[in-house]
Amino acid sequence: MTDATHGMSEPRQKTSLTAADARTAARNRAEKRFQYYGIAAIIAGGVFLVLLLTAILSNGIPAFQRATVNIEFTLTQEQFDEAEGTMLKTKVYTGFFIDALTAQLTESGIETEFDNKRIERLLGKVGGTIRAHYRENPQDIGQPTRFELPASSRVDRYFKGTFDRSGIGDGNRFIMPGDLDFADDLRAAGILTQSFDWNFITGVDTGVDNAGQAGIGASVLGSFMMMIVVLVLSLPIGVAASIYLEEFAPKNRFTDLIEVNISNLAAVPSIVFGILGLAVFIQFMGLSQSAPLVGGLVLTLMTLPTIIISTRASLKAVPPSIREAALGIGASKMQAVFHHVLPLAMPGILTGTIIGLAQALGETAPLLLIGMVGFVARYPETFLQGFEGPNSAMPAQIYNWASRSDAVFTEKAWGGIIILLIFLLSMNILAIILRRRFERRW
Amino acid sequence: MPVYWLILIVLGLAAIGYVAGRGRAIASNGGDPRGLHSLPSFYGHNVALSVMTPAFGLLIVWLIAQPILIDLSVSADIPDSAIAEGQNRSLVMSDVRRLADGLDLMVQDGTITEADAQSATADGDLRDRLADVGVALGSDIQAYVLDAAQTYRGMASTGSLFMWGAVLLAAIAGFGISYAKTNKDFRARNTVEQGITVLLIGAACIAILTTIGILFSLIANTFEFFRLYNITDFFFGTVWNPSFSGRGGASELGILPLLWGTFYISLVALLVAVPIGLFAAIYLSEYATPRVRSIAKPMLEVLAGIPTIVYGLFALLTVGPFLVSVFGKDTVGWMSGGTAVITAGLVMGVMLIPFVSSLSDDIINAVPQAMRDGSYGLGATQSETIRQVVLPAALPGIVGAILLAASRAIGETMIVVLGAGAAAKLSLNPFEAMTTVTAKIVSQLTGDSDFASPEALVAFALGTTLFVITLGLNVFALYIVRKYREQYE
Repeated sequence: MTDATHGMSEPRQKTSLTAADARTAARNRAEKRFQYYGIAAIIAGGVFLVLLLTAILSNGIPAFQRATVNIEFTLTQEQFDEAEGTMLKTKVYTGFFIDALTAQLTESGIETEFDNKRIERLLGKVGGTIRAHYRENPQDIGQPTRFELPASSRVDRYFKGTFDRSGIGDGNRFIMPGDLDFADDLRAAGILTQSFDWNFITGVDTGVDNAGQAGIGASVLGSFMMMIVVLVLSLPIGVAASIYLEEFAPKNRFTDLIEVNISNLAAVPSIVFGILGLAVFIQFMGLSQSAPLVGGLVLTLMTLPTIIISTRASLKAVPPSIREAALGIGASKMQAVFHHVLPLAMPGILTGTIIGLAQALGETAPLLLIGMVGFVARYPETFLQGFEGPNSAMPAQIYNWASRSDAVFTEKAWGGIIILLIFLLSMNILAIILRRRFERRW
Repeated sequence: MPVYWLILIVLGLAAIGYVAGRGRAIASNGGDPRGLHSLPSFYGHNVALSVMTPAFGLLIVWLIAQPILIDLSVSADIPDSAIAEGQNRSLVMSDVRRLADGLDLMVQDGTITEADAQSATADGDLRDRLADVGVALGSDIQAYVLDAAQTYRGMASTGSLFMWGAVLLAAIAGFGISYAKTNKDFRARNTVEQGITVLLIGAACIAILTTIGILFSLIANTFEFFRLYNITDFFFGTVWNPSFSGRGGASELGILPLLWGTFYISLVALLVAVPIGLFAAIYLSEYATPRVRSIAKPMLEVLAGIPTIVYGLFALLTVGPFLVSVFGKDTVGWMSGGTAVITAGLVMGVMLIPFVSSLSDDIINAVPQAMRDGSYGLGATQSETIRQVVLPAALPGIVGAILLAASRAIGETMIVVLGAGAAAKLSLNPFEAMTTVTAKIVSQLTGDSDFASPEALVAFALGTTLFVITLGLNVFALYIVRKYREQYE
């Protein structure tokens, strides 16, 4: 054996043991290179993540801000009566507003020119808003009243830096360069300020003509209602199915059939579940379109495999000695499972459920098919209406905004994503805390 | 009265049943629970379960069956002559249903009384008044539609009356029978546990029902589609050009351009995801210190937790414009719009990185350490060991992981809806906009065309194709992964 290579090749060159020969050096270089590929791959993943988060934050945070004009003025009873007596009522109110604005501007020592049209381009139909306020709150007549009027979306975007004078073409009837100068003056006078836009969080979607006022509130509620349906259905069904498969099911073809079904359902594309929802729940069973109830049912079916898989894992993690001890003191199989195994597996089950819910919350494609897009979402009037009435959901609303061409809606879509991600993040943190706090290792 | 009340009543009855059953069991042994066959709570549970199971079972069956039966009988009453040219029975029926719902809504709102609703006539302002409560009817109300709607409403209200009666009767009967059976020798525990086992089996069967539901909804509508459209034209047609009139006619619905777009985008995505994911997995499992691993692994998993709508928006609004600025008119002029194969593929690739890396990680970790040690013993460096020993050993598993990732890519919807464009093309240029099967399912089913037209039904045929492809890939991939695992166990 030791002679096997004798005389077959040139004797190796004699080199120092401390200096690597060319071949070793090449091999070492290849080793290093290979490691760098790995590091580069991980860095690439990190870079993509950072890029994604930067894009979301930088584009989305402006959606939470809104330029508003704060103005205070007093309307006397005579003025109110006089205005209500005329033909063009809102125009008179706009006149009052302009008077008040001029007064405030003079007070701050700024001289600037503006007319009715300019106010309308900047703030929309001010007169109508003011009239509506006084008609609803007659007690404010004669009192100094503060109005916060949202500036038009172009002015808003001008202050956020996403719109400038070069974006104004000739004959643009929505905004003129002079309007922006005037807006600058108002800002210098402290009348126009940027503030946190609560309306974005609590408000409802608007039509395309009033982009600045659109909010995500109603669809957050819609998502919440869907999550209630998903939780109420998928947790008990998922746990029951897992208990059966893990603890009671005999080894036979029927059990295999169920197992194969569950593992295949976990890999079915989500859009197919949308088709299922459309054909079975809406066409066949006649449930109403766009209802969070239907969305919840579809998402339940989608989430069930996830929940079953994680629940079975946590049931399996409970050591058999627990079951045997329970059986040993006379408990039935059922009592052993429900009184001893299940409570011990509960933290793991809840963690899996929350992660499943988080997945369901971000799912969009099936919601498009059951019609949760394409209309303006409103707040439901009653609790039950929240399940049965048409509503939107966060991801569907974001898709809806993203597919509109107005840049204001694009900003809203990014803002909506921030809210969606905040929900997902808090759900995942809750799951991690549950796992850290309660999970037992045996 | 809504069904919720019925559910609440049955639940209340069950709660009373629990207390009553438990009390009767204890009383039957003279107030001493020790002589009972089972624990007292089992007697309570027995009565409660006997109330709920038949009642809720009946309720579910009734709720599903009633609309179908009413539909069948009402639609049989509509005379053939009444169905206008270019319409069909299901369209008329949907009008009938909408009209009936509208009338119900008006009664609920208090706009009209029940008597008015029943005597409403087709002429007059009924359509406008329905529009006031939010029910928009496409055309003027025909007399026979109104008649049918009235029959529909009548049957629905009688039906729900009967349902209340039957469900309550079932609940009370369950209560009575189980309550009568309750005495100290009754084997309540065995009965209850049997009942619970049945419920558990029922829950496990939901998975089978879901699959049946998917197959039912896909296949029934796909057959409907192939009755209206030639099957060979669908599978071998190279032009996708649906007409939007919704009245049939000149639509060309060939699936090939869509399949090509799907595969092209998935290919780009895999070209991004597989190298990055695989190298990340190799580094994490073979080189990384526990510290690096504890940071890098969750970081990659965050990418998996981000909803696809976010990726879609990222593709549409960030990656697309960026790629246009690199390859667009100002530089090389390859790309004219932000939505393109490369945009969607790139972003989808990023989405798939954690999928590939975590699956490959598991598989690489499953390769026995003895094989590595053997290789080191022969003098191989770590990278040589990985390339020549670990990866070949893990190859079937990695192929399985890649197939699973491919199935994900093919079924992915939101990224392609937002990032890939809407034009169905057979082209090799990755900078062009193309569309996919999933994107077309969305666009064909969210439009205004009615469900009976081939333009809408084609979505179900597309869905069936998609389902078959992804299912085939999954089954094949799982088969490979499982076979490989057995080698080392």
